[in-house]
Amino acid sequence: MSAHAPAVQSPYENTGVPDGKLAIWLFLASEVMLFGTLFTSYIVLRTAAASWPRGWDVLNVPLATFNTFILIASSVTIVMAHAKAAARDKKGFMLNMGLTVLMAFVFLVVKYFEYSSKFAHGHYPSTSIFYGIYFTTTGLHGIHILGGIAWNLGLMWWANRDGWDDRLFIGRVEYAGLYWHFVDVVWIFLFPALYLL
Amino acid sequence: MSEHAHGHEEHSFWRTYVFSVDHKVIGLQYLITSLLFLLFGFTLVLLMRWQLAFPGQPLPLLGRLLSPEAAPGGVIGPMFYNQLGAMHGTIMVFLGIVPLAVGAFGNYVMPLQIGAPDMAFPRMNMMSYWVYLPGGLLMLLSFLLPGGAAQSGWTSYPPLSVINPGQTMWLVSMVFLITSSLLGSLNFIVTILNMRAPGMTLGRMPVFVWAQFVTAFLLLLAFPPLEAASILQLMDRVFHTSFYMPAGLVIGGQTTPWTGGGQSLLWQHLFWFLAHPEVYVLVLPPMGIVAEIIAVNTRKPLFGYKELVGSMAFIGVMSFVVWAHHMFLSGMSTTLSNFFLVTTMIISVPSVAVLTCLILSLKGASIRFTTPMLFALAFLPLFGIGGLTGLPLGLTVTDIYLHDTYYVIGHFHYVVVTGSLIALFAGTYHWFPKWFGRKLDDRLGKIHFWGTTVAMNGIFLPMFIIGMQGQSRRLYDPTAHLHNLVGQPMHVVSTVSAFVLLIFQLPFIYNFFNSIFNGEKVDSNPWKATTLEWQCPSPPPHGNFASVPRVHRGPYEYSDPAHKDDWLPQDAEKAVAPV
Repeated sequence: MSAHAPAVQSPYENTGVPDGKLAIWLFLASEVMLFGTLFTSYIVLRTAAASWPRGWDVLNVPLATFNTFILIASSVTIVMAHAKAAARDKKGFMLNMGLTVLMAFVFLVVKYFEYSSKFAHGHYPSTSIFYGIYFTTTGLHGIHILGGIAWNLGLMWWANRDGWDDRLFIGRVEYAGLYWHFVDVVWIFLFPALYLL
Repeated sequence: MSEHAHGHEEHSFWRTYVFSVDHKVIGLQYLITSLLFLLFGFTLVLLMRWQLAFPGQPLPLLGRLLSPEAAPGGVIGPMFYNQLGAMHGTIMVFLGIVPLAVGAFGNYVMPLQIGAPDMAFPRMNMMSYWVYLPGGLLMLLSFLLPGGAAQSGWTSYPPLSVINPGQTMWLVSMVFLITSSLLGSLNFIVTILNMRAPGMTLGRMPVFVWAQFVTAFLLLLAFPPLEAASILQLMDRVFHTSFYMPAGLVIGGQTTPWTGGGQSLLWQHLFWFLAHPEVYVLVLPPMGIVAEIIAVNTRKPLFGYKELVGSMAFIGVMSFVVWAHHMFLSGMSTTLSNFFLVTTMIISVPSVAVLTCLILSLKGASIRFTTPMLFALAFLPLFGIGGLTGLPLGLTVTDIYLHDTYYVIGHFHYVVVTGSLIALFAGTYHWFPKWFGRKLDDRLGKIHFWGTTVAMNGIFLPMFIIGMQGQSRRLYDPTAHLHNLVGQPMHVVSTVSAFVLLIFQLPFIYNFFNSIFNGEKVDSNPWKATTLEWQCPSPPPHGNFASVPRVHRGPYEYSDPAHKDDWLPQDAEKAVAPV
């Protein structure tokens, strides 16, 4: 890898769309298939089930509503972080990205309390199909949140070292934002499917 | 990306040969690894073939080396037989053919053919190999687990797969392999879209590149459902959820921890939603390889370039809506099975179109019968047999009789062994000079070719007969049923042919390793081919092309009367009038 990247655009990039942006959209397409399969399984299992609990009877709707707002707010702050990075305002970028990470942590802490109260009442994944689906889908979503936290923290760390002036920096912030919005949207589907329907 | 601008600085041994980011080194890593996995998977099935032909007789030589639990007295036990079956299928499909067709050929040849210096994401490319390798090794190591490897077939149908030992390792290994294929397919699509040399429009890409492009989409979109399905099965095994488990399951008089309420059919749907596109992952790159070799050795443009590419793209789309034809007898409403019958008949049309274009390409050609061309020519009728024998399986009425018999095994192996594998051999002989700057020996290659094709037919042709006699495909000892005795001589033919096939791989193995060092040295374009991979040195240096190639025409400009040679490279400025 050359230390002095040429300033001219490479003769490649035929589509005019940067490699990273194509890649993140393709990655999200495969993620849609992943979660789409889980949602399909949920529908199939639920329609065939003899009985299915009402989400609001067994799950904590207020906590989940709070979490929904937290995630939506974090989607706003990551857009702000991208705007600040584009405007070359490093302090503003760090602040907004930091807020995004903080809210992601809050989401997981709330999720932790939700899980432990389920365990305390003796509700485990093996208890019923409903709990199986609940723990599997929200667990997988939680792993995606963790991935997002790692990515966003990595960007902040990189900005503090030599990344801030790298020509790829703003692009990577944008890709992190796309991913984060996807994780957000998955929750927007999970929340009604599990808690409200 | 900054990786596009390559420096030519020296790297350490580790960075050059082991943790290399060069697509060519990664391609060769995939090549060697997947060929070894293929050999291992083949050995597994030889053990099974012995048991099928000579049930209850101790294995010669190998029998004493196997553990007494697996093979008491050298006789393969039923549990071990099931492990062999599951692992043969898994290894051949996920660790052998796909990494060979996509990881090895795709990685090495595709960037060269589009005139790119490397893949779009070289480090991601390296990661994909280093995720594939541990996934494969975990799969092999599962034989050493207490209780042995997975034993529920490569399809892993629950509830058996949830109960049987070994399956957890299978699932974990699959997650590795799926991750590897995700990284690879992302990289392939971005590379093909973004890294083409100037002038290399989509309509000028070689058919092989198109095949890899469609394949990458299948891998990208079909594997995540299997990942989700595997996560659910893992949950069933580890946390005793009941996604696939019925209520009130009792094993050996003992109740089980599953509360039930799930559906084992759900797994079958999710599995085949992956596994049918997977069949086309196995078939499309070999079709591309055959197209390349036919164009070079007929010395004329391919018949119907657009039709070939369009058919392959249509196959790619349709392959997502045919999956339930694997499940006609699993319990499905007739409305649904009619739907899948119709889609299955529809997808056979583009497959036949591809084959027709390839056969018509031969018309009026003065064919050069080189070793790669022999393999490519053998692909046409043999893959045709594989495809045509699939039609009775896609029609619900005939499938009732043929389902789950040896006929299915015969059909599938004609597609993947005498089809894909033959084409991959063809590709190995064709591109070997590019990889190592030396040719594979022609005489050994012809011995390999004739022995291999004859032996393969000897293995799989009898299976159609055994199957039509009604023999079920997963029997440990077929002679246990009186009605199967009539097919037993056929099993012996099949087994003997399998060992003959092994013997005829020896010249290939010797030829392969010997020719790397001692083969006949050739120049950069020994076949006088037009596509870009032949317009750079063999093997290509780091960064591939000395300068960015400019592409002026389509991929198969052979025998142009206005040009002095009978091949006109894609990057040649203009035709030179014959003297």
